[in-house]
Amino acid sequence: MSQYSNQDQEPSYLKYQGKYKGILGWIFSTDHKRIGLLYLYSIMTFFIIGAILGLLMKLELIAPGETIMGAEEYNAVFTLHGITMIFLIVIPGVPAILGNFLLPIMIGAKDVAFPRLNLLSWWIYILGAIVAISSQFMGQGPPDTGWTFYAPYSYQAQSNVLAAVLGAFILGFSSILTGLNFIVTMHRMRAPGMTWFKMPLFPWALYGTAWIQILATPVLGITLLLVVAERTLNIGFFNPALGGDPLLYQHLFWIYSHPAVYIMILPGMGIISEILPTFSRKPIFGYRAIVISTLLIAFVGYFVWGHHMFTAGMSGTALFAFSFLTFLVAIPSAIKVFNWLATMYKGSIMLRTPFYWGASFLFMFMVGGLTGLVLGSLATNVHVHDTAFVVAHFHFIIFGGLGFAFFGGIHYWFPKIFGRMYDERWANLGWVTFMVGFLFLYGTMFYLGIAGMPRRYFDYLPEYHTGNVISSLGAIVMVTGLAIIIINLIISARHGEKAPKDPWGGQTLEWQVDSPPTKENFHEIPTVQ
Amino acid sequence: MATEQVVQHQEEYDREIPKLGMWLFIFTELLFFGGLFLVYTVYRFENPKAFHFAAEELDVTIGTVNTIILLVSSATIAMSMTAIQKKQQRNTFLLLLVTFLLGVVFLVNKSFEWLEKFEHGHYPGSETLQSLGHGDTLFYGLYFAMTGLHALHVVIGVILIIVVMVKVKKGLITGERYALLENSGLYWHLVDIIWIFLFPLFYLVT
Amino acid sequence: MPEHHKNHVVPYKTYGFVLAGLIAFTLLSVAVTQIYLGPLSVFVALLLAGLKTTLVFMYFMHLKFERRTYIILVVFVLVLYVAVIVVTMLDYIFRIT
Repeated sequence: MSQYSNQDQEPSYLKYQGKYKGILGWIFSTDHKRIGLLYLYSIMTFFIIGAILGLLMKLELIAPGETIMGAEEYNAVFTLHGITMIFLIVIPGVPAILGNFLLPIMIGAKDVAFPRLNLLSWWIYILGAIVAISSQFMGQGPPDTGWTFYAPYSYQAQSNVLAAVLGAFILGFSSILTGLNFIVTMHRMRAPGMTWFKMPLFPWALYGTAWIQILATPVLGITLLLVVAERTLNIGFFNPALGGDPLLYQHLFWIYSHPAVYIMILPGMGIISEILPTFSRKPIFGYRAIVISTLLIAFVGYFVWGHHMFTAGMSGTALFAFSFLTFLVAIPSAIKVFNWLATMYKGSIMLRTPFYWGASFLFMFMVGGLTGLVLGSLATNVHVHDTAFVVAHFHFIIFGGLGFAFFGGIHYWFPKIFGRMYDERWANLGWVTFMVGFLFLYGTMFYLGIAGMPRRYFDYLPEYHTGNVISSLGAIVMVTGLAIIIINLIISARHGEKAPKDPWGGQTLEWQVDSPPTKENFHEIPTVQ
Repeated sequence: MATEQVVQHQEEYDREIPKLGMWLFIFTELLFFGGLFLVYTVYRFENPKAFHFAAEELDVTIGTVNTIILLVSSATIAMSMTAIQKKQQRNTFLLLLVTFLLGVVFLVNKSFEWLEKFEHGHYPGSETLQSLGHGDTLFYGLYFAMTGLHALHVVIGVILIIVVMVKVKKGLITGERYALLENSGLYWHLVDIIWIFLFPLFYLVT
Repeated sequence: MPEHHKNHVVPYKTYGFVLAGLIAFTLLSVAVTQIYLGPLSVFVALLLAGLKTTLVFMYFMHLKFERRTYIILVVFVLVLYVAVIVVTMLDYIFRIT
């Protein structure tokens, strides 16, 4: 059997024609691979919009005073930037794109448990995106509450909070359905012989993530509805004048939104657990420890939400409890880092693009994680809460962590998804450029935050000027790197060198099927030894 | 979980797939209502007396009757599972019909309860409600939010039951393939469970 | 692996008994409100509601006859939820006002 695709026998998932022709064959497809690509294209589109918004913010901040926009516009821009990046990109991100594409193949299945529900998830995603973005153009102006929609401003603001909140509510269903689909798929459709502890680590990561999607998202759902009720009916739950407590909004909001960050990072960690062994040509060190750490992160992650609220007015007992739990949840993440390092130790490293992303992930994740401890510690938190330090922390861990893992995964699985190799030199140039820009963009913010620069302000004191200049220039470099990466991938998808089934020497099932795979992935469901 | 890795050749119909999917959906509903129960817990803790007295304005008799109605309807829809598995299409249909009717009666009772409150100016968003004491405003806010959301789910359940009845009549649901019936039953029991908690928390706090 | 408990058909009578128990607990919860229990009254109300819920889960929703996985999941979800409430109340109970 040739190491290349059997394209003369059966068309790939990219090419076959089913009941519908052309683009309809894609937007009505229940094939998990096509759905994965639908998500890829939509998410990348929204990502570019979100990135442009971020760039606009950095351009405003390059000098004190009003540079390209005033206070109100700035508030609207950072609100949409947050909503886009959080709800449209990083929460769906890896599960919807790489999870959808790879999960069935990696466990030896032909598709997910509920293929039509899978397509519905994407349709709901698009609907939610449209509703959320409509907030920019309808009503009394784009929302300016921040993506966190804190009470009381969220129920008092004249701006179009309703559309944004409803958009987020709709998007929640997409997330829930994806999680539901993945859990049932993994419980019931693993190939014969693939016991739970033979399942690869990327599916395991998706499993932990899926539970969070199921159990946390509904809390956001009800919270958003309560904001609507507050705005339209004066229900009073968050309004002190009627007996409510604005802090209760924060509790409810973060009860979802903290677990949500584990929805973001766990799949990224799963990608790293696939890349590093392959490019070290060594099995992962401590498979079981990583599985258990994944589940522990998902579980303990439910109980730390109060660390977003240390300065808001909680009781001393709550402060203590949340800080303690926050330190606890760091432990399983640290265990994973040790296991990843041990995987590379004495390995035979292949210096290729996915490895570069994977290795730099470790650095970015460590920085993000350690600064998280600064934030999780009560005394230091008071000093840096609501400063640029926080912004730096979460960009290091979401963008530097999940983002880097995502780019690593895209390059790693690119040959499988598109049947072609990406251009290595442009990819690596893109990586270096991106990373250098990233470090300057966000690294300076740690300093700025400690020095006292607040977040979510369009203006700042003159003493913060130099740091902001460096940061904003970093943004321009980073965006250049981003352009190189994305353009390279787009061109390579069409014109790249044809890829074999297994360009990397991967040990998991996806490397045994055609690149790109046929419609049903496997000619025959494999039996795992 | 050694029993989980059952070798299911993927062409065979796997009963557990729709069932597990439904249970996961039920979990989302539990957490969804759970958010409201959390709000209730906080405000009950902060306003114990006000909640106590406000609850006295609710009619325990209607509440108890409604509780029993839902419990009976849960029993009948559970029995419809027995019926379909015994290949008794007609009994299945009749039990579903009873369930449906009980669901409708529940909603009718609820409407009367609510209308009575509306007549006194106690409705979501009303001036009267906002000018009561804090504890009362919150109690009524929670009452309407939670029983309202619950009633919405009852309506959805009733519609589901109609769909299932039609399919049973047409022979599309049988002793071999009854996932829709089973899952609709699970949904209905969920609706029942939520009410099992709403009843004491709003009617019996006195 | 044969699923010997698949398609376990619950007799009509069993549901009848469960319903009787549920109604009994309901009437009991109403009756108990006549007795002054102070702070314990919420606890008793929730306890009875919990017992009713257990009956609904185990019999009406068939958990007693399904694979053990389902019960484990249900318990896990409930424990998680209760823990979230407890942790939230750490704020409200210990606030100094």
